[in-house]
Amino acid sequence: MIIVEQKPVDEIQRMIAPYERVLILGCGTCVTVCNAGGEREVSFLHDALLLAEVESKEISHTFVEHTVKRQCDEEFLDLIAEEANDVDAILSLACGIGAQSIAERFPEMVVLPGVNTSFMGMAKQWGVWDERCTACGDCRLDDTAGICPITRCTKGILNGPCAGTKNGKCEVSPEMDCAWILIYQRLERLGQLDKMRRYYPPRNFRPIPRPRRIMASPSIVAVGGSHG
Amino acid sequence: MAKSLFEEKLNSGKFLITTEVGPPKGVDIEELKHHIDLLKEKVDAINVTDHQSSVMRYPSLGGCLLVKEQGGEPILQMTCRDRNRMALQADLMFAHSRGVNNVLALTGDSIDVGDHPNVKPVFDVESAQLLRLIRTLESGKDAAGNDLKGSPEFCIGASVHPSADFIEPQLIKFEKKVAAGAQFFQTQGIFELASFRRFMQYASQFNVKILAGIIVMASAGMARYMNKSVPGIIVPQEVIDELATAEKGKGLQKGIEIAVRLIRGIKEENLCDGVHIMAVGNEGIVPEIIEAALMEHAQT
Repeated sequence: MIIVEQKPVDEIQRMIAPYERVLILGCGTCVTVCNAGGEREVSFLHDALLLAEVESKEISHTFVEHTVKRQCDEEFLDLIAEEANDVDAILSLACGIGAQSIAERFPEMVVLPGVNTSFMGMAKQWGVWDERCTACGDCRLDDTAGICPITRCTKGILNGPCAGTKNGKCEVSPEMDCAWILIYQRLERLGQLDKMRRYYPPRNFRPIPRPRRIMASPSIVAVGGSHG
Repeated sequence: MAKSLFEEKLNSGKFLITTEVGPPKGVDIEELKHHIDLLKEKVDAINVTDHQSSVMRYPSLGGCLLVKEQGGEPILQMTCRDRNRMALQADLMFAHSRGVNNVLALTGDSIDVGDHPNVKPVFDVESAQLLRLIRTLESGKDAAGNDLKGSPEFCIGASVHPSADFIEPQLIKFEKKVAAGAQFFQTQGIFELASFRRFMQYASQFNVKILAGIIVMASAGMARYMNKSVPGIIVPQEVIDELATAEKGKGLQKGIEIAVRLIRGIKEENLCDGVHIMAVGNEGIVPEIIEAALMEHAQT
């Protein structure tokens, strides 16, 4: 899922300063799961902004809150079309994709990001999320025992570890595992060390020029997508 | 015909000594020139480091040109941290055009360990891929398969970590570098001969020259710092303890003693093809180490 972090309240206050009526808009998918932009966080942020205004004795905003199922799908944004008419800005707690969907759906509306979109990852334990995929567009997990060296090696290199590894950890931090040591150990367990002995040529960075677009094949389009 | 003077020496069978100089942060190159002058007659080649430890400095290629101008034999250290394939190829062609024909291909330290932690790390390729890229240029093609008008030639080397604490993946990488065309290896610093002997038993099956990396320690504090903060370096506790026995202000002397002892040991046991002395900031003492190591050896 997409992992985001809520921006500090004072940064949000500075952003919303020019706008009187603000819709705080949550998203019901990834950001709900990572506790940063779901219905609960929308409500907490609403309270925090109100409290900050009371403390500063300068009540200059009115807030409304709403959380849609997914901000990155236009059909869910239709549901807030009326509310959007009555505000000066939408403070989106969705990832950068959600915030941009709003900008595209409501061309006249100011959109403000209430979170920083961090990475694609997974929950490791309560309150800890780790990055696992960089969406490089050229998946090689088959060659690396299901551990991504592009994401988990700080240098993203393909032919084995650099010489900076110590105690199985990365030169960048003693807390961070060396991805290539993990890959070696798992390939060994799977009896696939020959995959590590292969030479891998330089990556094709062609997928990187942004933005990328994927066109579904006609058969998939005919079935009707996967909204739900 | 040899591609460089250093390649000729690699094939001569003589015990080789290389060392390295680190360019300054800034444009005052007097000390660098002084070190090159001091070292050029004493060693078979001088490496010029490439923003070592990811600290921004005067460029390696600029340092190599100085070595050439002053009559020495340079080895261009080239990391993949700061340049993509376009820039690496351009620098290689430039190096060749100016007579810098030895390259040590390195992946490069992470950006995070240096003094510009917010800049964009590149790593478009890594060491094994860079070695192959150099061989590709030699074949008259660039990385995209286009024809070159005039192709360069290089004597190429790489690094290996003989005393890594998890050695097997390092050896796989070593073999990939051999297969990619590395002719010589300058190893990560070694501090004791036991693990190096084991490494050489394995490495001697390959047709490459190995120069043992000797880091000259200036104090026990420096050794502890390197263990904590320098990527990959593992100074054994016994070496730290020995450095700690030095009187105050005599740490470097003790470090020199240890370096001399290692070089003598390597030479006496005929363990490998030579040594690469890294004095990290104390380049001035390298001639003394060489003299002591070779002289004492002659006496035994």
